[in-house]
Amino acid sequence: MIDTPELSLAALAPLLFVLGAACVGVLVESFVPRENRHPVQVGVALAGTLGGLVTTLALAGERTVTAEGALAVDGAAVFLQATIAGLGALAVLLFAERSLDPARSAFVASAAVPAGTARDRELATSEQVQTEVYPLATFAIGGMMLFVSANDLLVMFVALEVLSLPLYLICGMARRRRLLSQEAAVKYFLLGAFASAFFLYGLALVYGATGSIRFSEIRAASTAEGTGTLLVLGLGLLVVGLMFKASVAPFHAWTPDVYQGAPTPVTAFMAACTKVAAFGAILRLLYVAFGTSEWTWRPLVYGIAIVSMVVGAVLALTQTDLKRMLAYSSIAHAGFLLTGVIGLGGDGGGSGLAATMFYLLAYGLTTLGAFAVLTLVREGDGEATHLSRWAGLARRSPLTAAVMALFMLALAGIPLTSGFTGKFAVFRAAIDAGAWPLVVVAVLASAVAAFFYLRVMVLMYFSDPAPDGPTVGVPGLPTTIVLAVTATATLVLGIVPGAVLDLADQAAIFVG
Amino acid sequence: MEIVPAEGLLAASWLLIALPLAGAAVLLLGGRRTDRWGHLLGTATVVAAFLLGLACTLQLDGRRVDVDLFTFVSTGSLDVQAGLLYDPLSAVFVLLITGVGSLIHVYSIGYMAHDPRRRRFFAYLNLFVAAMLLLVLGDNYVALYVGWEGVGLASYLLIAFWHERPTAATAAKKAFIMNRVGDVGLALAIFIMFAQLGTVTYEGVFGQVGTLAGGTITALGLLLLLGACGKSGQFPLQAWLPDAMEGPTPVSALIHAATMVTAGVYLIARSAPVYDLTPTARAVVLAVGAITLLIGAIVGCAQDDIKKVLAYSTVSQIGYMFLAVGLGPAGYVAGLAHLLTHGFFKAGLFLGAGSVMHAMDDSVDMRRFGGLAPRMKVTFVTFGLGYLALIGFPFLSGFYTKDAIIEAAFDRGDGWGYVLGGVAILAAGLTAFYMTRLMLMTFFGRPRWEEGVHPHEAPSVMTAPMVLLALGSVFAGFLLVVAFPLEEWFAPVFGEPEEVEHVVAPIVVSVLVTLVMVLGVAAAWAFVGRREVPVTAPARVSPVVRAARRALYADTVNESLFMRPGQWLTRALVFVDNRGVDGAVNGLAATLGGSSARLGRAQTGFVRSYALTVLGGAVVVAGALLAVTAG
Repeated sequence: MIDTPELSLAALAPLLFVLGAACVGVLVESFVPRENRHPVQVGVALAGTLGGLVTTLALAGERTVTAEGALAVDGAAVFLQATIAGLGALAVLLFAERSLDPARSAFVASAAVPAGTARDRELATSEQVQTEVYPLATFAIGGMMLFVSANDLLVMFVALEVLSLPLYLICGMARRRRLLSQEAAVKYFLLGAFASAFFLYGLALVYGATGSIRFSEIRAASTAEGTGTLLVLGLGLLVVGLMFKASVAPFHAWTPDVYQGAPTPVTAFMAACTKVAAFGAILRLLYVAFGTSEWTWRPLVYGIAIVSMVVGAVLALTQTDLKRMLAYSSIAHAGFLLTGVIGLGGDGGGSGLAATMFYLLAYGLTTLGAFAVLTLVREGDGEATHLSRWAGLARRSPLTAAVMALFMLALAGIPLTSGFTGKFAVFRAAIDAGAWPLVVVAVLASAVAAFFYLRVMVLMYFSDPAPDGPTVGVPGLPTTIVLAVTATATLVLGIVPGAVLDLADQAAIFVG
Repeated sequence: MEIVPAEGLLAASWLLIALPLAGAAVLLLGGRRTDRWGHLLGTATVVAAFLLGLACTLQLDGRRVDVDLFTFVSTGSLDVQAGLLYDPLSAVFVLLITGVGSLIHVYSIGYMAHDPRRRRFFAYLNLFVAAMLLLVLGDNYVALYVGWEGVGLASYLLIAFWHERPTAATAAKKAFIMNRVGDVGLALAIFIMFAQLGTVTYEGVFGQVGTLAGGTITALGLLLLLGACGKSGQFPLQAWLPDAMEGPTPVSALIHAATMVTAGVYLIARSAPVYDLTPTARAVVLAVGAITLLIGAIVGCAQDDIKKVLAYSTVSQIGYMFLAVGLGPAGYVAGLAHLLTHGFFKAGLFLGAGSVMHAMDDSVDMRRFGGLAPRMKVTFVTFGLGYLALIGFPFLSGFYTKDAIIEAAFDRGDGWGYVLGGVAILAAGLTAFYMTRLMLMTFFGRPRWEEGVHPHEAPSVMTAPMVLLALGSVFAGFLLVVAFPLEEWFAPVFGEPEEVEHVVAPIVVSVLVTLVMVLGVAAAWAFVGRREVPVTAPARVSPVVRAARRALYADTVNESLFMRPGQWLTRALVFVDNRGVDGAVNGLAATLGGSSARLGRAQTGFVRSYALTVLGGAVVVAGALLAVTAG
């Protein structure tokens, strides 16, 4: 007689919804005729992500551990899942944009055709699209949502792979500059596999040390027996694997190349959603499994946060490509987020968790919006991402420049934007935890960072446009929605952030 | 004194901020449609704010009034209420900002008449006024910080208004960066308040600050001072202010003379309860003030650019104000009185300089002026009155307020009191020297105009504000010190004025200052007035003059202290990032093949070096963790 495992279907509903939509997407590829596939796939992916968002929101207040203890559905999981599903839906809208590229999509017609061949050239102008990007993206979103609620190391590892593999693929599917895109995909895959190996090795060591992969049991074992060499090494390797995904320096090397090579909607998706998922996992691992051995990892995270902030902020100064600049900015923001991680007491007290979650939401929306603006400014067939091409953009298209300026101000953390509220919250949490030297570095790094964000503004407003400058495309409905939502959210979270901060505060609970 | 909730007109004081903000929004969003009447709307909002501010101030009646607006952030652990505090201190700033602001808006209608982007200029000016009002009206440090960043942004936009000039763009960047240094201090101070006291309202912080450890209070005071130094162009962050003169002259008058640069003085005066508890931080404020007022006065003597002379004079005068507020309770009122009179006469002087530039085809080189007095009578008279007020000519504004500061310095009673008073008197002499030099080179002597320049008086829309400010320069000091003593007005904020025993009799100080002033004027006459002014600056000069011309090497110091290390860090990081660990492994090959390595970055071959970075990071992580556990 085999007992049926204990499963709370209600608590699993968001995951089932999103992953189910991904499976439907695969079926659509097989059964729907090619000419109808694009709208159907967009519909399925949107239904999946929005359905995931709604079902997650319905779970608000839930505190359960389900699926035989493998999944924790608690405040933090629900908040982060909702963030991922919402940002994911916005990213799908960016994927679905049909009016900017002359060939009506940012994605390749057929990824299997080798770049540069006669067939490739033939397909370059066709309106055919590799519609598998939608189910792939949906799978990745499902994996991310699983990632933030995983309550044991194996589920976490499976989720890591579920979210990573589709990402590797869709990175290589740019319609323009295909070689660069494929190279980015291969780099991301090789390095991602390398990082996964670290995670897996760490998993094995932790299992060896504690005899369990369940977070609650790891916590119990480390509390009872103290932290031995094996456990500490395991913890270190797990952290390396996760920080790689979160593009924290010194595990950031892939980020600029991949962000630059991937199709811009995919970059937006990675910058927003992957960051949220990876930080969700880092928070849960550190606080649920290793909360009692706080003083082993705290100095480490402290140091890594400083490295990441300094490397990100300083290197972004020298970038001349906007996508690369935003990549280094993402590395710097990962460092700022780690200051919030420091701000959480070992037993889940303190304001660090709420602050970090708020920061993730705010940063995700802003960076998604910033990349969405990048897709508008075009030159020839592709996007004009070189900084110098943006000179005098305000005169060519005041609205685009104004929206971009808003996002830059938010990323720089200027008051009355969401970026300021988020920075304020995480820095304060870190100071509460007594980490004021870290905050000094963070404030200095954000002062440096403000410089390169404002450089973009200066360029747009105060430089003369080049005579052969780029054109600013008129976005279709999907991108317009994304820009409207992200810009509004950036302002609202800056001016009246109370409600959302409250929400994050109430959601700041781990069970386990 | 108790803070009471607002009622009546005072409850509507948020309109003070909303009016100019709405003006800026209409002008920026309205586009070209508003070109024709935009400048009038921009001026009207500020005049309306002035009238409202006047009405509010009349209703104030010595109270401190709190205006609750809305809850900015309220969660279990983080609570920030957005509210305004209308008290005697903020009231005088409101009147200064909107009053001088109105006059300068009116003046700008004429000054910017031919600029194709005049609408944008007024939008930025309105934005500045709104942010500055928020800065002085907020009832907590976060609101102050929001306004602080807002005026920084507006100042940046306005310095770079003529961005087609590379010097303007560079000056804006410099102002921005040096202000960021100061902002970091202010931000950290706010974080410390939050962490230690759990509140950022003035009421909450001042009520509990006494419970903190002495070291923390001193740190708080020094961090606030760093913020104040950045915004007010004080030593060691003074170098951006003179460069900021690249902006249009009305901007120099409003932002870089009368209002924004005095925000640092406001911050220190507002934070008086913090400084009352930390003699160390207060001594540093004194030192900063004394050093800056001397630096400004020395450098001002050797500049040939009319606006730069006035800018260094501003630096020096704000140094006086810092000195005053650094003296503690005895000096707050003196410092603020000087701030107000300085707002009048320095704004007037800048508007006069703008009028001169207007007449001289935008030239600022005093060596090419001369003999302008008969051609520009109104400008000459108003500028002259401002000049007399600034050098402390008896019974004009500067005479009353500067003397009060010097007296307060002597009243310290100890040796340092004499040193500070002596420095202040010496600088008064230097002030008389450089301002007389400016007057002589501009208005007197033989014309040295460039060809094709035909000086003419400015239109009345420009001269009217100059006349009003000149009246202020003449009478404000008497009104604020003798007729309606500011001490009583400020009593609800700084406490009732105490009877002080003067160490040196005020009459002695006045006579001494006046004598030194006359000496300065005479020296300027001897060096500049009696001779022909060479059209190009003489190259063979003493080392002192050379140092003063180069602003006492402030830029050199900044470069070697901040810029070089910053560049070095950037280069080092870029090197590591570009060459990667591969570079370290391949050693010589990477050094020789730098360019190929760069190309190679785009090839998949480099994945191995990325992987090596990750591995290196992992090894460090594991090593650090082991070290922590072992240790």
